[in-house]
Amino acid sequence: MKTLSRRKLITTGLSAAAGFTGLAVASRLSSRYGLIPPDSAGFYGPGETLTYAAQRLLTTHSLAREFSRGSISTMPFANEVPPLGADFKLHQAAGFSEWRLTVDGMVARPLSLSLSDLRHLSVRSQITEVACEEGWSYIAEWIGTPLIDVLLEAGILPQARYLVYFSIDRDWWESIDMADALHPQTLLTWGMNNGDLPVPFGGPLRMRLPRQLGYKSLKYIHHLTATDSLKRFGQGLGSAEPEAGYSWFAGI
Amino acid sequence: MPARTCRLAAHPAIVWLISRHSVGALWYAPRVTPTTAARTVEAPRHSALVRVTHWLTVLCVFALLLSGAEIIVSHPRFYWGETGNVNIPPLFTIPIPSSRRTVPTGYSYVMPDQNGWSRSLHFQTAWLLVFTGLAYGAAGLWSGHIKNDLLPTPAQRRWPAYRDRILRYLRRSPPDPAEELSYNVLQRTAYLAVIFLLFPLLIWTGLALSPSFDSAFPATVHLLGGRQSARTLHFFLSAALILFVIAHVTMVALSGFRSRMRAIVTGRALPTEKRP
Repeated sequence: MKTLSRRKLITTGLSAAAGFTGLAVASRLSSRYGLIPPDSAGFYGPGETLTYAAQRLLTTHSLAREFSRGSISTMPFANEVPPLGADFKLHQAAGFSEWRLTVDGMVARPLSLSLSDLRHLSVRSQITEVACEEGWSYIAEWIGTPLIDVLLEAGILPQARYLVYFSIDRDWWESIDMADALHPQTLLTWGMNNGDLPVPFGGPLRMRLPRQLGYKSLKYIHHLTATDSLKRFGQGLGSAEPEAGYSWFAGI
Repeated sequence: MPARTCRLAAHPAIVWLISRHSVGALWYAPRVTPTTAARTVEAPRHSALVRVTHWLTVLCVFALLLSGAEIIVSHPRFYWGETGNVNIPPLFTIPIPSSRRTVPTGYSYVMPDQNGWSRSLHFQTAWLLVFTGLAYGAAGLWSGHIKNDLLPTPAQRRWPAYRDRILRYLRRSPPDPAEELSYNVLQRTAYLAVIFLLFPLLIWTGLALSPSFDSAFPATVHLLGGRQSARTLHFFLSAALILFVIAHVTMVALSGFRSRMRAIVTGRALPTEKRP
């Protein structure tokens, strides 16, 4: 029988200690800093959690790439949208003059804003890329009101942890954490390439998150809710996408 | 360090527990003592590190290729530069039906959408592969596996060494007895290229497709020429990996599938001359 060498003993001991310390620190950090996504259960939970935690540790404050005016796609692709209901058609016929964005939940002053109210609140334009999970992409100039300005106007409460946003199509809803909700490039978009936002591209109002895949940039937004828990919404997985098997966090 | 601090650790029970006769067997390369070697026909070939990381890599590569192919089905068109979509002429198209109605493929039917689980499997497996690779790299550097087994020996670092080994393959000459216990120059070069070039490039081009990662490290995608270039390169690198897998499995089959599989599972190999 070969005796245990001292070097091997010290190395094994140190790596075991480092491993356990690492795990303990990781679990403590992740619970304190919200590094666990709402869809962290299930077979793919470990992957979802690793991706989300790594992105929150690395890229919480980073800015999505912005492009020059010359790189705007001349042939953007709107993707197909499900047939829009009678409600939407009425709004469309009225030129969206009656479209309201309601803001409620964990806010001091619930709001109901028209598109004109939004335009008067603040304006930001940015040239960013839409990248679809299928693989295609295009670049456009997006003009809108930063979500953070709407949330500050509504007096978002410090205990809010997520922002849930709803399309007029009832099957279509999404949520983001506060890092994305308060991010300067998260835009309630009502204009595209120097015009109104066309309906196929999400007009009159689309949430644009250039740091995540296209499906987080929900079209036809009419309702925002600030919350401290996603458990009450749908199946509690954070949005409609995880219920269909897709990741809640789409920054990859 | 004084000897008595190690007294507890040197207790026979603990030594046995960590030794290769017990749990420790997982971590030690199989080693045959001279007296046993005389009686057995088997020789050690792959350490536990190589065997465990090899099969984890097999699992990961299989899942990544399967889910990657499934993701391609949703848009089997490839572009060059930053942007690309169905309104833009592609660099090339894979002639398969798509799982999206919006993609013109020439087929009249649409495949079922399998992107949800495919994407989750792709990223979860990518994480496992990264951890496997880090463990392999760290342990391989520490143990000398990379330096001794993979880096071509000084005698092999010459073009004639490559030429000679290629000629031996072409003539179907039996392997040199030394090759029973160590890799030849072509194996070393191929393994080094896959481990330290192909996999890192696959990870790089994959990370370049993450919009969040690009926001923090934009050079990741700029150096590749844009998002669509990164996607196309990711595809070609995967194709290169498939070519390696085909060549690797073919060579295993040609040099004795049973004995090679036995070696990568149990760690021991039968020398050629004693093989039944």
